[in-house]
Amino acid sequence: MAPKPWVPYLLIAPAVLFLGALFLLPLVQTLVLSLQGEGGLSFANYARMLGDLNFADALRNTFLLTLVVVPVQIALALLMATMIARIGAGRDLVLWVWVIPLAISDLAAGLAWLAILQSTGYLNSVLFALGLLDGPTPWLTQETPVVLFIGIALAEIWRATAIVLVILVAGMQLIPKEFGEAAEVFGASPWQRFRRVTLPLLKPSIQSALILRTVLAFEVFAVVYALGGRNFPVLVGEAYVWQGENQNTGVAAAYAALIMLISMLATFVYLRVLRTPREQMA
Amino acid sequence: MNPAMTPVRRLLFWTLVAVLLLWVLLPIWLVAMGAFGGRAAVFQWPKSLLPASLSFDHMAAFLAVEGVANAFLNSVIAAAVTVVLSVALGAPAGYALARYAFRGADAFKLLVLLTRAFPLAILALPLAVGFIRIGLYDSPFGVALMHTVLALPFAVLVTQSLFMGIPRELEEAAWVFGCSPVQAFFRVVMPLALPGLAATAIFAFVISWNEVFAASVLTVRERTLTAYLLAVLSESPLHTRFAGGLLLILPSVLFVFAVRKWLFTVWGISGR
Repeated sequence: MAPKPWVPYLLIAPAVLFLGALFLLPLVQTLVLSLQGEGGLSFANYARMLGDLNFADALRNTFLLTLVVVPVQIALALLMATMIARIGAGRDLVLWVWVIPLAISDLAAGLAWLAILQSTGYLNSVLFALGLLDGPTPWLTQETPVVLFIGIALAEIWRATAIVLVILVAGMQLIPKEFGEAAEVFGASPWQRFRRVTLPLLKPSIQSALILRTVLAFEVFAVVYALGGRNFPVLVGEAYVWQGENQNTGVAAAYAALIMLISMLATFVYLRVLRTPREQMA
Repeated sequence: MNPAMTPVRRLLFWTLVAVLLLWVLLPIWLVAMGAFGGRAAVFQWPKSLLPASLSFDHMAAFLAVEGVANAFLNSVIAAAVTVVLSVALGAPAGYALARYAFRGADAFKLLVLLTRAFPLAILALPLAVGFIRIGLYDSPFGVALMHTVLALPFAVLVTQSLFMGIPRELEEAAWVFGCSPVQAFFRVVMPLALPGLAATAIFAFVISWNEVFAASVLTVRERTLTAYLLAVLSESPLHTRFAGGLLLILPSVLFVFAVRKWLFTVWGISGR
C-alpha cells in the first residue's frame, strides 16, 4: 500500500480546528476583552478589578484554599494508594467506593456538605448530642469565617481527592513489584521502601496530579457558592458576579486573565521543580 | 493482605479503611436523606440518621418544580452532544497519533496538553459574547461546544493509547485480504476499541453533566441542571437544594460504576 502522507493531517484537522476556534481564540479574546477600554487599549478593567471591594479577599481566599486543599489531597491520596496496594480480598470494592467522588459535580459536593454543616444539620446534631452545643447554630456565615473555610476545604478534599487517587494508583501499577521486593530483601522498612522506592518512581504521576489539581483549585467556585454563597469571595466567583449581575464582561475578563496567569505560573513552577531527568524516566 | 502484619496492626489498618469508606459514603447518604425527607427532615432537630418521614413524594415534588424538567433535559442534550463531538473529533486524532509518525505530531500533542495549564471553563466569558452573535447563546448546543473543549483533550489522549494497544498487524492482515484502510478500521479495529471508546464517551458525558461555571455563563433561560441549581441556590429552600444535589449525583455515579473496569485505563492514561 502506497503511504499517503496527508492522512494523519486529515485525521487531526477537525480536532485542531476545533481547539483553535474554541480554545486558542477565546484565550486571546479574553485578553483583548480585559484590555478594552472606552477609547482603545487600557488597563481600566484591571484598575476596577484591583479597586473592587472583594478583590483582596477573593485573591487571599483562593490562594489559602489551594494551599490547604492540594497538599492534603496529595497526602491523603498517597495514603489511600499505598493502602490499596496492601489490600488483598476486597481491593476492588474499596477502590471503587474511594473513587466515587470522581463522578460528583463540585456543586453537588457543596450541597452534600451543606446537609452536614447547615445550622440544623448533622454536625450540629452530633455536637448537641455530645453536649457541646445548646441548639442549632449557623456556621456558614461571615461571622464564622474559620468554620466556613474549614467546611469549604473539607468539601473540596472530599470531592477531588479521588482524581489524585486514580492517577497515583495508575502510576503505581507501572512500578515493577521487584523493586519493592528487592528493597525488602536488603532490609528496608515499609517507610523506607515508600520514601526511597515508591515516592521517587511515582514522581511523574505526582507531578501531573499536582498540575491538574492546582489549576482546578484556582477555579474553585461552585462548592463555595453552595456552602457559603457570597460570604466567601473567590476569584472565579467574582468573575461570575461581574459577568452576570454587574453585566461587565471587561472586568470579568480581567479576573479570568488573572486566574489564567496564576494557573500558568503554577504549572510552570511544577514542571521546573519536579523535573524528571531523562535517565530516570521509568 | 500482607502476611507480616500483626493482628493489632491489621485491626488498625482495617479500621482506617472503614473510616475512609465512611468518609466517602456518609455525605452522599446524608444529602439523600435531605432529598427524600422534605422540609420536615431538613428542620428536624436534633437529627437522626433516618428521618421520620421518608418518601419519594419530596423528590417527585422537586421534579415537578417549574424549570427542573427542562433543565434536566438541557443537561442531557448538552452532555449527549459533548459525547458525540468529543469522540468524533478526538478518536481520529488519537488514531493518527497512535498509527502515524508525522511532522507536527509533537506540536499537536503540545496543543492538547496545553489545555491542562488553563482553567478552561473561564473561556466561557468570551464565548458568551461570540455565541450571542451567532445565535448559540442560551442553548444546550452552545454549552456542548464549550464542554467539548473540556472533554476533547481527554478523548484524544485516551483513544491514542487505546489504538496503540491494538496490534497494527491485525489491520495489515485485513488490508492483505482486500479491505480498504477505512473498511479495515471499522471491521477490525473498531470492534476491539469499542469498550474503551464507550468508557471514554461516558466520561465525556460526566464531564459535561457536572460542569457549572461555563453552563451558567452561557445560558439564561435554557439552563442546564447545574446552571439552574446555581441560579436558584439562594432563593430555594434547603430540601429543594438537597433534591437537586442528589439528582446531580445519581446519574454520574451510576455511569461511572458501569465503566469502573475502565476507570484506571482511562483516567490513568489521561492523567500521565
